[in-house]
Amino acid sequence: MYDVLIIGSGVSGASCAYMLSKYDLKVAVLDKSNDIANGTTKANSAIIHAGFDPSPDTLMAKLNVRGVELAREIAAKLDVPINNCGSLVLAFDEGDLEHIRKLYDRGCKNNVPGLELLDKEQLHALEPGISEAAVGALLAPSACIINPWEYCLAMLETAVVNGAELFLDTEVTGVTDCGDHVSVETNAGAFEAKYVLSAAGVHAGDVRRLVEEPPYEIVPTRGQYFLLDKDEGTRVSRTIFQCPNEKGKGVLVSPTVDGNLIVGPDANVGGADDTSTDKAGLDAIKEAAVKSVPGINFRMNIRNFAGVRANSDQSDFVIEKAAACPRFIDIACIKSPGLTAAPAIGEYVVEMLAAEGLSLAERDSYVDSRKRPRLGEVSEEERNRLIQEDPRYGRIICRCEQVTEGEIVAALHTPIPPTTINGVKRRVGSGMGRCQGGFCTPKVHEIIARESGVDMLEVCLEEPGSEILKYRSKENE
Amino acid sequence: MSEKKYELIVIGGGPAGLAAAHSAWENGLRSILIVERDKYLGGILNQCIHNGFGLHHFKEELSGPEYADRFIKLVNETGIEVMTDTMVLNVTPEHEVYVSNTDGVSVLRAQSVVLAMGCRERTRDSVGIAGTRPAGVYTAGSAQLYMNILGYSVGRKVVVRGTGDIGLIMARRMKLEGAEVLACIGASDHPDGLARNVNQCLVDYDIPLLLRHTITEIRGKDRVEQVVAMEVDEHRNVIPGTEKTFDCDTLLLSIGLIPENELSKKAGIPLDRRTSGAVVYENNETLVPGIFACGNVLHVHDLVDFVTEESIRAGKSAAEYVLGGGDAVGGSDGAAGGGAADGAASGGAGGTADGGAGRDADEPPLEITNGDNVKYTVPMMARLSALEKTLEIFFRVTKVFGEGSRVVVTQGDKKVASFKRPYMINSKMEKIKIPVKLLEGVDPADGPLVVRAEEGGAAHA
Repeated sequence: MYDVLIIGSGVSGASCAYMLSKYDLKVAVLDKSNDIANGTTKANSAIIHAGFDPSPDTLMAKLNVRGVELAREIAAKLDVPINNCGSLVLAFDEGDLEHIRKLYDRGCKNNVPGLELLDKEQLHALEPGISEAAVGALLAPSACIINPWEYCLAMLETAVVNGAELFLDTEVTGVTDCGDHVSVETNAGAFEAKYVLSAAGVHAGDVRRLVEEPPYEIVPTRGQYFLLDKDEGTRVSRTIFQCPNEKGKGVLVSPTVDGNLIVGPDANVGGADDTSTDKAGLDAIKEAAVKSVPGINFRMNIRNFAGVRANSDQSDFVIEKAAACPRFIDIACIKSPGLTAAPAIGEYVVEMLAAEGLSLAERDSYVDSRKRPRLGEVSEEERNRLIQEDPRYGRIICRCEQVTEGEIVAALHTPIPPTTINGVKRRVGSGMGRCQGGFCTPKVHEIIARESGVDMLEVCLEEPGSEILKYRSKENE
Repeated sequence: MSEKKYELIVIGGGPAGLAAAHSAWENGLRSILIVERDKYLGGILNQCIHNGFGLHHFKEELSGPEYADRFIKLVNETGIEVMTDTMVLNVTPEHEVYVSNTDGVSVLRAQSVVLAMGCRERTRDSVGIAGTRPAGVYTAGSAQLYMNILGYSVGRKVVVRGTGDIGLIMARRMKLEGAEVLACIGASDHPDGLARNVNQCLVDYDIPLLLRHTITEIRGKDRVEQVVAMEVDEHRNVIPGTEKTFDCDTLLLSIGLIPENELSKKAGIPLDRRTSGAVVYENNETLVPGIFACGNVLHVHDLVDFVTEESIRAGKSAAEYVLGGGDAVGGSDGAAGGGAADGAASGGAGGTADGGAGRDADEPPLEITNGDNVKYTVPMMARLSALEKTLEIFFRVTKVFGEGSRVVVTQGDKKVASFKRPYMINSKMEKIKIPVKLLEGVDPADGPLVVRAEEGGAAHA
């Protein structure tokens, strides 16, 4: 019997697991995918929003602003790349100026620190790459950029180090209220837990439906992006937004923590698992982006991708007990700023569980730190020390991002080891660069097979069915 | 690390690096190091197990590994040092080379450097193919490595995008592996590869060629299930309503190569927008004195034989630079050549366009540029006093030229030279050698030398 079982290993589920792992509890996390955080957490704008967007007095506003504080603390503790670069919302006309004044007022009510309205001159002095057509802006110095996937991994890995159990390839098929506990049926057998947290992202409604009809509707919204070469990464030094509209926060242009430039997203209502890109949408993003930053060289694009965000028919996050099963807490409608709010969601849910009567005794030997080797970022002495310890730290496998064999091997032996090419890529950055894995994929492939003791033919790009190789040479059929 | 200063460090042990190093040895250097990131010398040739290499240089037909082996043997007969399994992290204008290998990170010093890092392949994102992100999409090079080096096949039903030599050869390779090749698709109105490859790879193996088309979309969740091709107009814009879908499990991309100049940029070497390689003089020296470039890192070649020829020149130039005392900055070697003092004067921190041995550092270089119907030239500059017999210029034309076409070299209104060509095609690199005699009346002050291509009477395009 688990004390708490969490459905979903995205950033909401991971933060709940992380916050719970401080206490002497038996926690399990289930995910239907073969790696953690394979949904919205994997593909988004990677922004820690300052918190001037949500309406005051909403749960979203409260968790957003608290989330910014927590994100910076957690990133520092758990070795997550974060950069407190700040953000700007641009105004192009009188209507926009009016709008950013409203955002300013709202942000002040939400207790967002340091907000400032800039005139044209101040704006262009601060960000010379911005279009001359911009006449003013709202500066939010507390906004950050982060590696969202690693943020999630770091929290979940810490939970696992502190005893939480992770079950991948485990899809929930039923939820039964058994009075003093809940039974969760899956393709890998039943799990029993005193409390169940559903953090199923775009599939929140599907999971809630196993208990009762959800009081909300998830509207999966696909957003496409360009990720540009690092040579374009200094085009702007802050996250640049346009004035938001009813569809979302609009097309942003931002540096990433890795030094690339990210441009997107658009908003296309569609399937929960549709992460395809389309040319018309991408063309429209280009057009919108150059309105903010005219100099962007899209010929330096190295990757297009799409993520699906869990928009809904609700204006706020929905974090509540199910009426038909009070031990089932639904964490739903986590749209933007969900990534920002995530750790505050975890904190909030822990409070809910405590109020329900879950006893929270602190764990004796709690590990709240994490460090991963990043050869490219350490001093030459440290680098040579690591290479002496393990010569594989001297062998560079991914030439574009300069990722070493040692880093890949280390990732393959972490508490949540990757099994796929993309799993390694997300953890260490191999294949993220300008050649997009053209040179390093076969090498990473060999290392995975060797370290995990599997055949080359079994290694997948991503989910099962995405094997890279078909057959041994001359062994057709 | 060691205080040793090499006369020459060659970055890259592929065909360009091997030929440059060997040529530098032949021309008198005795302290040469080749740094290679792979475990073996030979570069990309090791996975090119097909034939067709060496027809120009060796006057016989070799496979890629055989071609590489000839040069590896030559290098092994010399005292050239080789450091494999070693990645160069950084090169400075002062010829410091930072490397990482299983022994650690260290800095090596040299009087001269030859850049021979090769190129990388364009990806689906650099040409904007939309759709899903399944397994089954490979660059031709990675598929070739999986098949020819590691011994695996990547798919059963294949579409190849790209009709250059690599695309054609990989289409045949997949067929030989037992796969079905549904089409080899190219955007121009003619195949981009050599005619012999069109015949020997597509015609002989019944592989359909689909011209004036491009791939616009990839479909399939975990593995490629379909690709969509669309017709393109003469400006390469897709024509709505021309979708053709192919049910396949594999898409091979052979859509172009990009010189890998990340290290050149770190060394502060100015690059040329047209070639994506370094701006170089007639002797393959970049604008940073004592650093030379050759092979696919300089501009993408079709034939390894031409890479060899160019690299021999780069190696010789590096030897002349060192023996001429061009790198007197470090002070480790005494100046020898006549022009040593001049070379040394500008051989410092870089930034000047002069330097090199045996020539007048104050000599203004002649600029060389592309005119009508020519995409680029290599070199982009020449120091006339340094030329021996000819000025050799590599270039590419922008379209197909038939019988009677000409390459015309002018300076201002003055015609300097003219060359007849039976046939020229944009996908094949061309070369002219202008005899020094014809350059006698050319003054760099009178403006750039312009290379252009002209149609003859019977041109078809």
